[in-house]
Amino acid sequence: MKTLIRLLGVAVALVLPAAVHAETPFTYASGKLLLTGGVNTVEGTAGGGLTPWAVIGSYGEKGQFGANVYATDVNTTDYDIRSYGGLVGLDDRLEISWSHQDFDTEAVGAALGLGHGYTIGQDVLGVKVKILGDAVLEQDSWLPQVAAGIQFKKNQNGALVKALGARDDEGTDYYVSATKLFLAKGLLVNGTVRATKANQFGILGFGGIDDDYHYQFEGSVAYLLTRKIAIGAEIRTKPNNLAVAKEDAAFDVFVAYAPVKHISLTLAYADLGNIVTRRQTGLYASLQVGF
Amino acid sequence: MKIALIALALAAVSAPALAADPAKDSAAIAPVIAADDSLYQAFGGHDGLVRLVDDFMVILLDDPRTHDFFVAAKQDHIKLMLVEQFCVVLNGGCTYTGKGMKESHAQLGIDRAAFNALVEDLQKAMDKNDVPFHAQNKLLAALAPQHRDIVTN
Ligand code: HEM
Repeated sequence: MKTLIRLLGVAVALVLPAAVHAETPFTYASGKLLLTGGVNTVEGTAGGGLTPWAVIGSYGEKGQFGANVYATDVNTTDYDIRSYGGLVGLDDRLEISWSHQDFDTEAVGAALGLGHGYTIGQDVLGVKVKILGDAVLEQDSWLPQVAAGIQFKKNQNGALVKALGARDDEGTDYYVSATKLFLAKGLLVNGTVRATKANQFGILGFGGIDDDYHYQFEGSVAYLLTRKIAIGAEIRTKPNNLAVAKEDAAFDVFVAYAPVKHISLTLAYADLGNIVTRRQTGLYASLQVGF
Repeated sequence: MKIALIALALAAVSAPALAADPAKDSAAIAPVIAADDSLYQAFGGHDGLVRLVDDFMVILLDDPRTHDFFVAAKQDHIKLMLVEQFCVVLNGGCTYTGKGMKESHAQLGIDRAAFNALVEDLQKAMDKNDVPFHAQNKLLAALAPQHRDIVTN
C-alpha cells in the first residue's frame, strides 16, 4: 500500500509539470489579450453590454479565428429581456454575429390584453468590419480602431408592433464605432454613431411617426481594475418615434470579469428609460463562453 | 458615405501622432515614460529588473507559443538587453547598448499572436514580482508600439 502511494506520488510528480505546460487545443488559438475582444452586446455584436465597440469579437487574432456564445438576462421594472446568440471573429478583421431576443411583457402583457408573459421575439444578424487603426497596440497614437457594422433585425411579432404604430417589422441598423485603449491609464473609450429606424432596439418595430433613419450616439468608458476585471458605464441614445409611448436613452454601469479567456461574466445596473409603461431599471447579467 | 467621412475626420485628427518615421528603428526612439525614477523603483530598481527578466525568460521557455523562438537564442544576452531597455524606458538612467528592434526581430517571423503571447508572459513575470498593475500597464504601453518593428507575419 505504502509503495503504491509512493509510486503514485512519483507518477504525479512526473506528470504534473507536463500536464501544466501541455498544449491544449486552444494553445495556438485565442491570440488576443484578455478582454480585448469585448463582450457580447444584447444585439450579439461585440462591445459593451449595450453598445458595439470597434473591436472584432472573440479571441481570434490576425491569422486566427475565434468564436463565442452568450446568454444575457435584463430584468427590468416591468419586463424580462432575454438574449442569446454567438459570433465568430475572422482574422481580427471580420465579425459575424447572431442574436435572438425575447422581450417578456410579464404582467404588462395581461394589462394590455395580450396575455400574461406575452413575449416579443427578435433576431439580429450582425456583420462588422475593422476598417483601420488598432485599439490595443498603437499606444503612442491617438488613432482609435475604427469599424463599421450592419445589424439586420427581424421582429417576430409584426402584427403587434404595427398596431403600436411601427411601420415595419424589420429594419437595418448601420453603425461606425471608434475604440481606443489608453493602456497606461487603464482606460478604454468607445464612441458609436448609429443610423437606425428601430424603436426600443427593434423590439417595438421600425419607423413610426416618420420612416426616416435617426442618427444616434452611443458611448462607453471602461476602467481596468485588474487584468481580469473592468468597470465602466455606457450610454445609448434611441429614437423617439412612436406616438403611443415615449422612448428615452439607455444607460448602464457594469463590471466585467474574465477569470480566463474562455469565460466572462458581466453584471450591470441598467436604466433603459421609458418602455411603454414607465422607466425600466434593473439588473443585467451576461455570461460569455468562447475562444 | 457618412462612414467614409467619419473615418477621414478621425484619420485627420490623429495624423500628427502617426507622423513618426516608420523606417526608424524603435529602440532608438524607445520613449522614456517617467519624469523621475519612481516607476523604476516600482519595478524594484536594477535588482528588481534582473529578477523580473530572469523569471520572464523561464516563462517564455515554458510557453509552447514562445519556446521555439528563445530556446536556441542567446538567452543571457537577451536578458541583459531587456534589463537595459526596460531601465531606459522607466527612467532608471541606463543606456541601451543592444541592437534595434527591427534588426533583431526581422528574420524571426513573429505574428501578432506570438507578440501577444510574449506580452502575457511578461505580465505573468511582473505579477510574480509584485509589480503594481498600473506600473505594469505603463511599461507595456511604452513597449506595445514596437510591434510595428517586431511583428512581420
Ligand atoms: C515589445 C516586445 C519586445 C521587446 C521589447 C523585445 C526586446 C528584445 C531585445 C532588447 C532583444 C536583444 C537585442 C540584441 O540582441 O541586442 C531581443 C532579441 C530577441 N527577441 Fe525580442 N523583444 C520583443 C518581442 C519579441 C517577441 C514577440 C519575440 C518572439 C515571440 C521575440 C524574440 C526575440 C528573439 C528570438 C531574440 C534574439 C534574436 C537574436 O538571436 O539575435 N521578441 N528582443
